[in-house]
Amino acid sequence: MSAQMAHPLSNYIRKGAQPHTHCSGCGNGIIAQSFLRTLHEIGIDRKKIVCVAGIGCSGWIPSPFFDVDTLHVTHGRPIAFATGVKLGKPDLEVVVFTGDGDASAIGGNHLIHAARRNIGVKVICVNNMIYGMTGGEVAPTTPRGIRTTTTPFGNLERPFDLSKLVIAAGGTYVARWTTYHVARLVASMKKALVRKGFAFVEVLSQCPVHYGRRIGISNPVEMMRWFQKQSVPVERAREMSEQELAGKFVVGEFVNIDAPELSQLYAELFETANRESN
Amino acid sequence: MQGNEACALGAVAAGCRFFAFYPITPAGEIAEKMARVLPKARGVYIQMEDEIAAIGSIIGASWTGLKAMTATSGPGFSLMQENIGYAVMTEAPCVIVDVQRAGPSTGIVSAPMQGDVVQARHGSHGEYDIIALAPSSAQEMFDITIRAFNLAEEYRTPVIVLADETVAHMREEVVIPEEGSLTIINRKIPSSTEEASRGFLSPSVAPMPIFGMGFAAHVTGSSHDEYGKRQASAPEAIDKIVRTINEKIRPHTKEISTIEKVMLDDADIVVVAYGSCARTAEHVVKEARDRGVRVGLLRPIGLWPFPAEAMQEALKRARRVIVLENNLGQLFPEVERIVPESAETMFLPPQTLGTLPRPDYVLGHVMTEAS
Repeated sequence: MSAQMAHPLSNYIRKGAQPHTHCSGCGNGIIAQSFLRTLHEIGIDRKKIVCVAGIGCSGWIPSPFFDVDTLHVTHGRPIAFATGVKLGKPDLEVVVFTGDGDASAIGGNHLIHAARRNIGVKVICVNNMIYGMTGGEVAPTTPRGIRTTTTPFGNLERPFDLSKLVIAAGGTYVARWTTYHVARLVASMKKALVRKGFAFVEVLSQCPVHYGRRIGISNPVEMMRWFQKQSVPVERAREMSEQELAGKFVVGEFVNIDAPELSQLYAELFETANRESN
Repeated sequence: MQGNEACALGAVAAGCRFFAFYPITPAGEIAEKMARVLPKARGVYIQMEDEIAAIGSIIGASWTGLKAMTATSGPGFSLMQENIGYAVMTEAPCVIVDVQRAGPSTGIVSAPMQGDVVQARHGSHGEYDIIALAPSSAQEMFDITIRAFNLAEEYRTPVIVLADETVAHMREEVVIPEEGSLTIINRKIPSSTEEASRGFLSPSVAPMPIFGMGFAAHVTGSSHDEYGKRQASAPEAIDKIVRTINEKIRPHTKEISTIEKVMLDDADIVVVAYGSCARTAEHVVKEARDRGVRVGLLRPIGLWPFPAEAMQEALKRARRVIVLENNLGQLFPEVERIVPESAETMFLPPQTLGTLPRPDYVLGHVMTEAS
């Protein structure tokens, strides 16, 4: 009998948390592994990590599987809770796992204000273009025309471009990849984690059950091939017309700039306030 | 000093080091004061994008070990309800000050009403127990805010300070005790990873496995066990949660929800009132006493858990019980069910809701009952 080999990242998994709850072929496993690989490679002290999870399948990436402090909160609010965690203990590395519905529909307000504040919260947003957990309802990210359980005649609304939204709100680090682009995703997650300010890493991810099936690609591997084929690096996209970009996914690092981080500004404020006599 | 300012100073004295707010009247002065005094204590004042974010962030801060508070009024209190339930569920100590104003909806921003009494008790979905205290003076805005923090820390639960526009905006003398003379309670923190692993659901209140200590706490608003592990489909798990939350608080009702008795020993008629209404009631009791009427005031300071036993004991001599509230009877059913059979109970709202009850009006009712 051969000895069972442990996965090199298995010590990041909470004991007793298995089996996981994701469907076969879900992109969440790829994102989970990418994140744990990021932690492992940058060698961050696990005591300093807090994962804040929203409601939706994306929340189940860290909760309960990652063996770190985990706060699994109400729908749409992980960034608001994370703001309190980061300002409460600024030396903690606070990472939010959220979905497209959690972050941009019910929680859109918190997303744009966290970007505006440049608080050192790192948001990993899993965008599967659908409400997967509740049964495949249309999302703010669902492309026009797609038939979902709640748009049986096709979606009338225009979809959000989440990365653009965060850039417009003042996001200081914004990148988008797909579950096909694992190496680049890990590279962006590393940059997000080591920087002080806010970061938004959007990951287009396959939901074969509730989205793939609707668009005629129910095989997860085929969905990832579709991501590969339709992805356009941001550098190339800048040269392309709107018509040429129709149906494409623009990927890459959109913004990477330095700006004062909020919890550091508070530390300075405490000094100023204590110098003032009144 | 103004009631709202006293509330802010009480919070800082209690050890509050994180305050999140969304602008709303008549709670604004609490935020103004906090914004000025907290940074000097190296505490965070942050203005969030809405009340949902305000309470979310204080719960996040609470999980880092800080004492945290938010303040609001009716519309904001409504928005906070879901996350109040989250704080109950995850046993996150925090204080929510609701300076009640006239509603429903936007209502009148600067008129007093006690319209959120039932919402404080049952506003979030699901079955739970909660603590809510009603100050009736600027001094109590200070004292009760400290007490709210102490109870939150002791029972690992959100505590609501159910103030109202009158006590928030009135100015009167407030005595601020020497720092060392205050009783300040701090939550229990696990002393080992072993102890931290059972971080939830103990009737005697589990030590809180706060973040950044290497406890790898798993905190979820979903149904869970005493280890924090999600138990999303077992009814037995949610049964245990509901009963433990109840057991944690309700057996201690007498210590939590105190009452004040004014001239009750020989009183035939008892006015029951709380918050700003109790001020009118106290004035009326004294006037009626001057006219030879044996009347007293019974003031619940803790409204939730409802101090049924203590109030029943205090009312056992009463012949007539008049419940005075600035609403259409939110605490009244609770009072009515514990009044001894030997007494008759009546409900008395102010002539015009959204105004303080006029003393002559209340006195008139007391004199009628006495005759």
